[in-house]
Amino acid sequence: MLRPRITPCLLIHNGGLVKTVRFAEPKYVGDPINAVKIFNEKEADELIVLDIDATVTGAEPNFRLIAQFAAECRMPLCYGGGVRTAEQAKRIIGLGVEKVAISSAALADPQLIPKIAEGVGRQSVVVVLDVKRRAAGGYEVWTHNGRKNTGLVAEEAARTAAAAGAGEIVVNSIDHDGVMKGYDLTLAAAIRAAVRVPITILGGAGSLADIEKLLGVCGVIGAAAGSLFVFKGPYRAVLISYPAPAQKETVIRAALQR
Amino acid sequence: MIRIIDYGLGNILAFQNMYKRMNVEVGIARSPADFSDATKLILPGVGAFDHAMELLDASGMRAPLDELVLGKRVPVLGICVGMQILARSSEEGSAPGLGWIDARVQAFASLGQSDLLLPHMGWNDVTPVNETPLFRELETDARFYFLHSFYFHCERPADVAAVASYGIDFSTAVASGNIYGVQFHPEKSHHFGARLLKNFAEL
Repeated sequence: MLRPRITPCLLIHNGGLVKTVRFAEPKYVGDPINAVKIFNEKEADELIVLDIDATVTGAEPNFRLIAQFAAECRMPLCYGGGVRTAEQAKRIIGLGVEKVAISSAALADPQLIPKIAEGVGRQSVVVVLDVKRRAAGGYEVWTHNGRKNTGLVAEEAARTAAAAGAGEIVVNSIDHDGVMKGYDLTLAAAIRAAVRVPITILGGAGSLADIEKLLGVCGVIGAAAGSLFVFKGPYRAVLISYPAPAQKETVIRAALQR
Repeated sequence: MIRIIDYGLGNILAFQNMYKRMNVEVGIARSPADFSDATKLILPGVGAFDHAMELLDASGMRAPLDELVLGKRVPVLGICVGMQILARSSEEGSAPGLGWIDARVQAFASLGQSDLLLPHMGWNDVTPVNETPLFRELETDARFYFLHSFYFHCERPADVAAVASYGIDFSTAVASGNIYGVQFHPEKSHHFGARLLKNFAEL
């Protein structure tokens, strides 16, 4: 039976690994390649690596760093950050990355999605939606690390991306990022209902119980987390961790009542 | 040595690193000359079927590969799209496959199951069916990472080495003489995948 995925998400800033709170205050937490090695040992389900500088600075993806990640990573890898063209996506997949994530470029021009899918296959095209709750209700999609509002409604943007050929939608809650008090379950359920492609929810996990709640609501999806897997304790000491197989099994069984 | 075929697709370095960790002699093949010492072949691949066939055709390695695999019976392991191109054809494209195995690649979408999320993405159970050395000493709860929208359909049941279930029980591993293929990614499936790659090395 297909299992839900529990996925660490690593953010890259100035070449180092960082963790943000509500997309701000990036705190340096270590060397990214070292983190990959630890998640290899812990047998993480998959890994998401997002370069949070590339889109903002307009830089090309750092292909050298991506190649290093791909070679080191013994679990499936999704890379995102600064990908704007089908050529770049093809090159990243060619380096041995399983999935390439696009966000602002795909939101500006949804036709980019089928263009990328044509070269790499739609299973490898991930659209990331950075989502913020609207004061008037509902959710909107933001880009450039939460600085630019696209005005797009989150569910609509997810549907558009899936229809255009995205193989997965990753939804990142800006409001819940780094807060560690649980996922936005309303948002997760709305996205789950909106599309028929796999989804991964990111933002807010502070414990395995939060992951269990998310899977209880959404079923077999991806549950991603940053802080949960890089911090320990109330003072946010840096310690990379990942649940042991038995812990994971308990969470999944409880959530899906298998 | 094991030669990993580099025709521009797939995770060449990940395979190389895994075999190096196991102290298995491994190298990359980028042109026919690299096949001279090949005792086994890995045919990786990600992406679209036609794109994979185009690149393989353009690599200049296609004809020597046919000779090695069909003539000299060198064991080959196709991975993901590298497995799919072992078939005759795919619903994903119009290019003919290598045709080394009597099989067709079909779309999950053609099953018409509206509740089936596509692509098939994540860790799924794999159940060996016919006796094959590929799955030797693997745990009964062995699981592997999948990422695909098209599945392999063998015309001959004897070629099916293992099945996985996603909307349908499909051929997730094939073994036909010296020709092997797996739909999942052993190079990204932690110790389960390492065991399978070791098994292939020890054939």
